[in-house]
Amino acid sequence: MVRIGLGMRISALGLASAVVIAFWGLVAILAPLIVPYDPGKIVDYDYFGPMTEDFLLGTDYLGRDMLSRILMGARYTVGISLAAVSLACFLGVTLGMVAAVIGGLLDQVLSRVIDAFNSIPSKLFGLVVVAAVGSSLPVLVLTLTAIYTPGSYRFARALAVNINAMDFVTVARARGEGLIYLIREEILPNIVGPVLADFGLRFVFIVLLLSGLSFLGLGVQPPYADWGALVQENIGGLPFGAPAVIFPSVAIASLTIAVNMLIDNLPRRIRDRSAP
Amino acid sequence: MNLLIARMILQRMGIVLLTLLIVSFAVFAVTELLPGDVVEILLGQSATPEAVAGLRAAMHLDEPAVIRFVKWLGGLATGDLGISYVNKLGVAELIEGRLFNTLKLGGVTALFAVPLALGLGIMAAMFQGSVFDRVVSAATVTVISVPEFMVATAAVLIFAVYLKWLPALSLAGDVGSIGELLRNFAMPVITLTFVISAQMIRMTRASVIDTLNTPYCEMALLKGASRVRLVLVHALPNALGAIANAVALSLSYLLGGVIIVETIFNYPGVAKLMVDAVATRDLPLIQSCAMIFCFGFLMLIMIADIVAILANPRLRG
Amino acid sequence: MTPLASIRDLRIGAVTDAGREVEIIRGVSLDVAPGEVVALIGESGSGKTTIALSLMGYTRPGCRIESGAVLLDGTDVVGLSPRARAAIRGRTVAYVPQSAAAAFNPSKRLMDQVIEVARIHRLMPPEAARRKAVDLFRALALPDPDTIGDRYPHQVSGGQLQRLSAAMALIGDPRLIIFDEPTTALDVTTQIEVLRAFKSVIRGGAMAGVYVSHDLAVVAQIADRIVVLKDGEVQEEGTSDQIINAPAHPYTRELIAAFEPRSGAVTPGSDVEPAPVLEVRDLTAGYGGIGADGLPRVPVLRDVALRLLPGRNLGVIGESGSGKSTLARCIAGLLPPARGTISLAGRTLAPGTHGRSKDDLRRVQIVFQLADTALNPNRPVGRIVGRPVTFYHGLHGAELEARVDALLDMVRLPRAMKYRLPGELSGGQKQRVNLARALAAEPELILCDEVTSALDTVVAAAVLDLLRELQRELGLSYLFISHDLSTVEAICDDVMVMYQGETVERMAAARMRVGAEHPYSRLLISSVPRLDTGWLDGLEQDAELVAQFARR
Repeated sequence: MVRIGLGMRISALGLASAVVIAFWGLVAILAPLIVPYDPGKIVDYDYFGPMTEDFLLGTDYLGRDMLSRILMGARYTVGISLAAVSLACFLGVTLGMVAAVIGGLLDQVLSRVIDAFNSIPSKLFGLVVVAAVGSSLPVLVLTLTAIYTPGSYRFARALAVNINAMDFVTVARARGEGLIYLIREEILPNIVGPVLADFGLRFVFIVLLLSGLSFLGLGVQPPYADWGALVQENIGGLPFGAPAVIFPSVAIASLTIAVNMLIDNLPRRIRDRSAP
Repeated sequence: MNLLIARMILQRMGIVLLTLLIVSFAVFAVTELLPGDVVEILLGQSATPEAVAGLRAAMHLDEPAVIRFVKWLGGLATGDLGISYVNKLGVAELIEGRLFNTLKLGGVTALFAVPLALGLGIMAAMFQGSVFDRVVSAATVTVISVPEFMVATAAVLIFAVYLKWLPALSLAGDVGSIGELLRNFAMPVITLTFVISAQMIRMTRASVIDTLNTPYCEMALLKGASRVRLVLVHALPNALGAIANAVALSLSYLLGGVIIVETIFNYPGVAKLMVDAVATRDLPLIQSCAMIFCFGFLMLIMIADIVAILANPRLRG
Repeated sequence: MTPLASIRDLRIGAVTDAGREVEIIRGVSLDVAPGEVVALIGESGSGKTTIALSLMGYTRPGCRIESGAVLLDGTDVVGLSPRARAAIRGRTVAYVPQSAAAAFNPSKRLMDQVIEVARIHRLMPPEAARRKAVDLFRALALPDPDTIGDRYPHQVSGGQLQRLSAAMALIGDPRLIIFDEPTTALDVTTQIEVLRAFKSVIRGGAMAGVYVSHDLAVVAQIADRIVVLKDGEVQEEGTSDQIINAPAHPYTRELIAAFEPRSGAVTPGSDVEPAPVLEVRDLTAGYGGIGADGLPRVPVLRDVALRLLPGRNLGVIGESGSGKSTLARCIAGLLPPARGTISLAGRTLAPGTHGRSKDDLRRVQIVFQLADTALNPNRPVGRIVGRPVTFYHGLHGAELEARVDALLDMVRLPRAMKYRLPGELSGGQKQRVNLARALAAEPELILCDEVTSALDTVVAAAVLDLLRELQRELGLSYLFISHDLSTVEAICDDVMVMYQGETVERMAAARMRVGAEHPYSRLLISSVPRLDTGWLDGLEQDAELVAQFARR
């Protein structure tokens, strides 16, 4: 157990996970400054090269430096996922709180439509959209947002409905408070903990889906490549276990497992902040 | 009381139908109304305007979108799925055999995964906090944290590359013997089983533990019930609804997993067909495949809902 | 005589949510002789349930027995293996839970659960166990004893479930039964029958009992000896008569004093009747939308009328389901009524909060029962109390601070408390913050919905005193909703009795115990336990009346 101030402790595992996440965050920001080679340039005649002193993580199917490509890939994987999860959670949580507080017909209609939307499997939706409009960064971000907003809505709505039933909200209503005040002052502070945890989980789902789409060749398009696309490009190296196919996978796993572990090890005070 | 159950089930079915309608509209809208003219794709950039207009009329693309939607929906309901743009074959024919392959893959996976996951989830809950529980929890969190293609590639690396037990590719259809069938099937099934079991184990464990924390389970403990009796007699019957939901939800992950798995193992199923159709922008084929997947998903959710209704003692006579 | 059960210097630790370890039972020792009923009495957090459960070798998750011995028939249950511990549970010592409604497995038939102890411990063949259970049902005065076991828990009433849980405990012929607040969740008219049933089986079976409760009057009816607990320590121990009539410890005296009737009427009624501050006419309200007949689909209130004069208090009493809380919600505008008018100082109010002006809203404030859920757990006290000041009176900055300080002074809370979060406050302090927030609006009428019901006796008495003082200082009127007659008696001038959404009777609070005329009012009032060991045995109620009104 490690103290992190405010009387909260976090387990060593949680702290290690936070470090891994911070590392990838920094890499995503600083990637162009720290890559040893130009990620698009062929630097070695050997393709699927082994790990050497010059090419720490080997080379890919064209002879490009894998380390540089993975570091740059972090930008796409982390950047797209973060943008999508932020949009999805902002939309979902706002709508969820509004539906819970206003209730009635608005809540019923919104919930029914969103449930219907939720019953389209996410990969399928991605496939159909990409088939229709092609793949580009804005399309990817918006598609991922559209796929994950319903879940965020349902989660936030369920929490907000519980808070909305509490007497302090009733008192505020009896006082004559408006929607904005109720949402901002009474509901949001009491669901922010679980919502943050959900944000993390949803981020993991988005990373996984983005990687999956890229793996199918429907995500980030060449010459750019996120981690999923790196695996797809180099899948030909799989039968002989090339580092070029293993390390992008390791990168994805390290990020997603770290986020999951961090959430599982968050102090109870943060996770259960909705509890009175 | 039984009338009430019947009414609730009918209501669920009504909701499923309504949802299916909304979904079909969404699928149609996304594929039909977004940019990218099909005729130009089919005829290429150099086609004459007359040829384009002729084909448009022949494909009824000059009609209003609403009419086309209704016609398409009517076709879906009667089994007329249209003609593939790319190879001019009936979509129904293209899908038929593939659908059977995918169902076979999903069915075999479910046959392994469901009992395995329920068993592990219930045992983990029963021995909550033990080494067994912690190992299971760590393993499941790892599996749900990685993309399906990584589970698949890991399975290939282990079973095909290092151990050389199984072939990396699978081709349903031309199998000579049962042994060969197993070998062809094994890799996709193993991968999918991992993918869907992890989620199911976690949810099963959580719902059993939730039930164990109720006052009536504490009461049973204070009556002298053993841990095993507590879980099997008191917790499980009440967690049934939640577990059914977990199973349905996990099986719906199967739909996502199948897309990756069929692609990676080159398995001739509907998902592979759909991914190929996306590459060629074969819209009728994409629409039909999408509707099949959504239909399957909704059926699973509906079955889970119905099990939950039937498992609720308050609704029983 | 060697005691049947004996607790020696018991210490139990618990881990709080923040991960700190605290000692919740600090060196408790007590004995239970064979055939004796010992009551553990104390406020919430006094550790009474924790001690009782330790007699079964059980601690709730997060708690741990650190030292001491719990001897049951000479065996220390603390050191037993899980298997040996399971062997005594249900057989040597049995448990009757606080909420039987939650303690029955919803998916199993009652009979299977009642005879489960016999099955687990292989005490007798199932057929014999079933016959024995039916005998117990009969002894516990349950209706349809032959068939009630075939039902599911949701198909019988709360009072019946509580008696069924006693049957579940008795089936294994235990030598000691633990009753954990078994009547707290019940209405008073139901409580009587359950108490009688418990008393008769304990006497008949010559078994020992440990009766956990916060209600001294209930305990007085059933216990031979009383152990008074506070903060995990024994304060005083003695026979029931001695504790009730000659308490020695200051804390026990405080507990007893809280039962003494207090002067009710704050203002003497004058001959010239002033205009009422609140007048409700023909109020009909409910849930589920309005049906074709213009009535709500699920009606809760039917044609309720009331008048409240300025500076006076009206008590609304009734059992659960009587509609008294719904009445408060209608007056506050939270539930627009289907029919009828609500007027404040002669002006008719709009049915819902949306139609009411800010000033109308300001003049009526509502205070809820559970202080825990009535305060936003993530906002400091100062901000909670300050919001109505800003909202209604537009004060900011230093003026706002000064007003918040004054309000905290008014409810006798230290000013420094404004920086605290509600979670750091005790129940009584929270209820004071709750009051301060209502006062911040400078209202004319405060709707008090069971404001003292969730508080411990001594704390509740202090809150009542505060309410009375504030009324003198500020000239407020209270509409006081409660199921607790002594609270209403202590603070109200007039009383209105409600039953199933209708007004049954109105009378002066002072005449309540002697002057009630409607049969239901008489039944309700006579059912409230008195602090007198002979009350239950001496109580006679008209069986027909009971059958008509009490939902058992």
